Order: sequence, then structure tokens, then C-alpha cells
Amino acid sequence: MKQASTLWLGAAMTAFGANSALAQEAVSLDEKVNQTFAAFTGPFVSLIFAPFPGTSFPWIVMWLVVAATFFTLYFGFVQFRFFKHAIQLVKGDYSDPNDAGEVSHFQALATALSGTVGLGNIAGVAVAVGIGGPGATFWMILAGLLGMASKFTECTLGVKYRNEYPDGTVSGGPMYYISKGFDELGLPGGKILAVLFSVFCILGALGGGNMFQANQAHAQISGIVGDYPGWITGIIFAGVVFAVIVGGIKSIANVTEKVVPFMGILYVGAALIILLINYDKIGWAFGQIFGGAFTGLGVAGGMVGALIQGFKRAAFSNEAGVGSAAIAHSAVRTKEPITEGFVSLLEPLIDTVVICTMTALVITISQQMIMDPATGNYVLNEAGTAVATVNDVSGVALTSAAFAAGLSWFPYVLAIAVILFAFSTMISWSYYGLKAWTYLFGEGQTSELVFKVIFCVFIVIGAAASLGPVIDFSDAAIFSMAVVNIFALYFLMKLVKSELHSYASRLQSGEIRKFSD
Amino acid sequence: MPTKLLIGLDGEGSGDRALTHAKRLAGLIGECEIVVAYVIEWSPFSFQTAEENAKRHQRREEELNLAHSRVVDPAVKQLVDEGYVASGVVKHGDVAETLNKIAVSCGAEQIVVGRSSEGGFSQRLFGSSTGNLVMHASMPVTVVG
Repeated sequence: MKQASTLWLGAAMTAFGANSALAQEAVSLDEKVNQTFAAFTGPFVSLIFAPFPGTSFPWIVMWLVVAATFFTLYFGFVQFRFFKHAIQLVKGDYSDPNDAGEVSHFQALATALSGTVGLGNIAGVAVAVGIGGPGATFWMILAGLLGMASKFTECTLGVKYRNEYPDGTVSGGPMYYISKGFDELGLPGGKILAVLFSVFCILGALGGGNMFQANQAHAQISGIVGDYPGWITGIIFAGVVFAVIVGGIKSIANVTEKVVPFMGILYVGAALIILLINYDKIGWAFGQIFGGAFTGLGVAGGMVGALIQGFKRAAFSNEAGVGSAAIAHSAVRTKEPITEGFVSLLEPLIDTVVICTMTALVITISQQMIMDPATGNYVLNEAGTAVATVNDVSGVALTSAAFAAGLSWFPYVLAIAVILFAFSTMISWSYYGLKAWTYLFGEGQTSELVFKVIFCVFIVIGAAASLGPVIDFSDAAIFSMAVVNIFALYFLMKLVKSELHSYASRLQSGEIRKFSD
Repeated sequence: MPTKLLIGLDGEGSGDRALTHAKRLAGLIGECEIVVAYVIEWSPFSFQTAEENAKRHQRREEELNLAHSRVVDPAVKQLVDEGYVASGVVKHGDVAETLNKIAVSCGAEQIVVGRSSEGGFSQRLFGSSTGNLVMHASMPVTVVG
């Protein structure tokens, strides 16, 4: 495998005329890209992650937590009350057989999940646990459970206010429900907010949905075949993505869409095997998670550090409140928009509560994070910014090392999974970004081509830049979407509540009933 | 009340043989109505891209129109021209399961299908639609070779 990858890389290097001089030049090119990128994005990142005065707590994290908690209370713990109903909807129990052939609830959920399950679950969790310690997992799970209500709200609105065109195609998402919903309520500023959301959605697509993916895919490949310039990975990835989104080579996307779910199952299966092998440590690992959640166990920033990391990475992973899922879920064909809201609340559960927790447990159990046996606290790295790890690894490399401690061959599978996850997330986000782009600039071949080319250029930048600036910009871009989206959701949530009341009463009276036997 | 026969077409030669056999049966039965069905293989549990989802409704309409215009409508027209009472239906779904459901809902006495001529690994592994129909149908099934 390693040999094959090296050969493949060698061929790629030859194709790009790589020699030592070029490689040196390339390294400096990577540095230049990195410096320029960091300088450009710095002020934006600082604004989004500005802490509350006198604290180190970023206001954006509070923004997401408060919203998720508020929606949970406002809708009376909808994520728990309608959990069983959500499963029944996904199974198709309430689907009209006459609608067969339309997008099913399962398909909308699977498509949205393929956009969210990815590097956030593998690399993002490692970043959270690496900085915030195992305690970050507790806050991540809590954020996942609360985030289910945010997702429910935005996806219901996504279907309710989507655009349906005469040719039968649909476009939906926050930009549509913000402008239409505000108009319906007679509120001013809907159009401005929709435009603002679209701008941030384009940045989010280029950041978290693109650069972060390319960056970590490169980190994973170079971890196996040895270090080489990031722009080479970037160009290869950009070429394949270009072939799919511009060249219309659907077969690549189709294969990915079919393989990715199996990679997801394989990933969870491998994590389960490691947990089963180390079943005697599971109790200890949960002890670390709960203990660390409230004490910090000596990690950077203590309990608050764990909480910030947990919430940040959960939001980045499951995108609850961000608005991206509303774009994916809006394609479903249903007479009851709220049913898609119920289905969508499963997304943070699968993504964060199940998959992220698996990753965090494996990392904790693997003991790749160095602990002081005397105090039982984690040892910080030299800079004091994160927990020190064996071989000084972070991000996806930490996850890879943790899995390798249990299953030595797994890094190879993980490398393939990372590449496929990165690719599928890029394809999903290219669509989200495109929808925002066409909302701003109108639908048309030239307009769409411009966005797609920009998207591909950012893949190269993402692969060439170092993790720090990329992850900062990716977070900031994704979270900036949540600023506008959640602000609008506070005004629009009463529309969802009336839908919920109506649906719940009809469900109880038997007016809405199962179609299946 | 006329006896109803459901004919499952697949747009291939085997479907034509099923149709010929159904006409012979209808002639023997006397007062008989032939329902011509075509099922577009589709699963609500498949994976699609966001773009495919956005265009799915449009694609579905195209698939229904194509199945009607190329397979079902010509068959129904041929039957009507030859003096039979016939109607057509096109649905999406699992072929065996959907044919059975259509047959049950229209009150058919029997399903007539052609023997699938396609071979291959997947059929050996998962079985053909015809095989599945024979195994799970709620009424007699005639498979025309």
C-alpha cells in the first residue's frame, strides 16, 4: 500500500516536473501561500472569535450554545419527544407510496450526513481533545444533543420556503427562508440578511467545506508517503473536483457517494473493535471525559478550555445552526415540511453524539496524550497550547496514531477514508456554496463556472497552507454563517412552532397515519 | 366483473413474450381486462448527491414519461387496437414488491411476467426480480420463458 502510494506520488511528482530545486521552491511557495493567507484572513478570524471582555470565552461559542439551548426549550425538547417519530419517518412508514421515486427522507438525511460526517469527526475531534482534553467530549456530546433542536428549526424552514422551479428542480436554504419568512412576517431587512448569509456561506464553502478538507487530506497522505509540497495534493484534488463539478463526470461523485457511507460504517466498526478490545478501559475513559469536563484535568484553559473546544468542534462537525443542512434537506418531497425537520434532528446525533464520541473514546483509550502519572493530569506541550502527545502529533495524525495503537493497519484505511470524506464534503459544499452564489449572482452557466473555478483554486491554497491559519479561517467562515442564520431563526421560529402544533395534533388525532402495513 | 391480469413489462423481448401469453390467456378466459405495468427500479434507501436530489423531481417526471411513451402506452394501444380491454401503470420501486402491490390494489387474479434474460453476478447473488416475485407474490404468477 505504502509502496503503491509512493509510486503514485512519484508519478505525480514526475508529471509536475518535480526535482529537488522545484521541491525547495515549492516549500517556499507553500510558506508564501500560508503567510499571505494568514495576513488576509486574520482580521476576520479575530472578529468572529473575539472573547467577551475580560474573559477568554469567544462570543460565537456562547451564541451557538444559547441558541441550541433556547430552541430546545422553546420547542419543548423536540429532539427527545419526536425521536421515535423521526426514525419512523426515515424508515418510510409515513411516506405515500404514490410519491415513490421522489427524494426520500432517508436520501435527504444521507446526503446531508455525507456533507457533515467527515474530517470534523476525525481531525476536528482530535483537535478538541488535543487542546481541551477528554473533557471536551462531554461538552461536544451536550452540544450535539442541544444542536438537534437548531437543526430541526432550520431544516423545517428550509423545506417550507424553498423555491420550486417550473422544470421541477428546487433550491432552498437559509437565504430563501430568511427573505421569504421575513416578508411573510412583515419584518424588514430579510433580503439584506439573506445576502449576508450567502456571502458567509460562500466563505464557509471555501473554508470548512474546502480548504480544511484539502489541508487534512494532504496531512494524511504525507503522513504515509513522506513529506512533500501541499500544492501537489491540492492540484490533484482540484483536478478531480473540477472534473466532477465542471466536467460533469458524475460517475466519480456517484462512486464516492456510494463508498463514503461504507467508509463511515467501517470507521465506526473499527472504533467499536478497539473499544471492545479495551473494554476494561471504557469506564476509565468515560471517567476522564466526565472528570475533565468540570476540572479540565490540567489541560490548556481548564474547564472553560474544554467547554470551548467541545462546543466549537461539535458545531464545526455537525453544523447545527450553521444553515448548510437546510440547503441539503430542502430537496425532499413532502407535504409536511416539519417532517424533514424531525428527520434532520438525527443528524447531530449520528454525527456528534455517536461518531465523534467514538473518535474521542479511541483517542483517550489509546493514551497517545501524555499524562503525568503522579498527578493524573495531562502534560502540556512546550508552547502550553495543547496536551503533549506521543510523537508530538495533532489533528488527523493524532486520530491515526490512536487507531494504530489498537489496529496497526488502520492508518491505511483511515487515509483512504480521509481522502474520500474530504472529497465528498468538498462536493457537498461546492453545491452549498453554489446555491449561495447563484442566489447572489443569478443562475447561469458563466456565473456558476466562475464560482466552481474559484472553489477549485481554494483547494490548492488549502492544501498548501499550514493547519493553523486554515482551521482558524474555516471555523470563522462556518461560524459566520451561524451568526446570520441563528439571528434570523429567532424571528422565524414561531412559524416552525405553529407547524409543530398543527402536525402534533393531527398525528395524535390519527389524521396523519402510517402508510406501511 | 371482468377477470384482471397484470402483465409486468421490462421493455425487453421477454416482456413481449409475456404480453403475447397474456393475450392468449385473455382469449381463453373471455371477459378479461389486461393491466400493463412497468416498474422503474428505485430504492428510497440509495445514496445521492445534493445536486441529484435537487433535480430528482424533474428526473422522476422524465422517467415516468419515458416509460409511458416507450413501453406501456404502445403496449396498451396495441392491446386496445386488437380488441382487448387494457390500461397501463408506471411506478417506481422494487420491481417484485411493486408489481405485487399493483396486482393486489387492482384486484388482479394473476401476474404474467417474462423470464429475465439477463444473467450476471448480482443476479446470482441477490436473485432476479422475476425470481423474487415468484417467491413473494400474493397470487399466482406465470413466468413466460
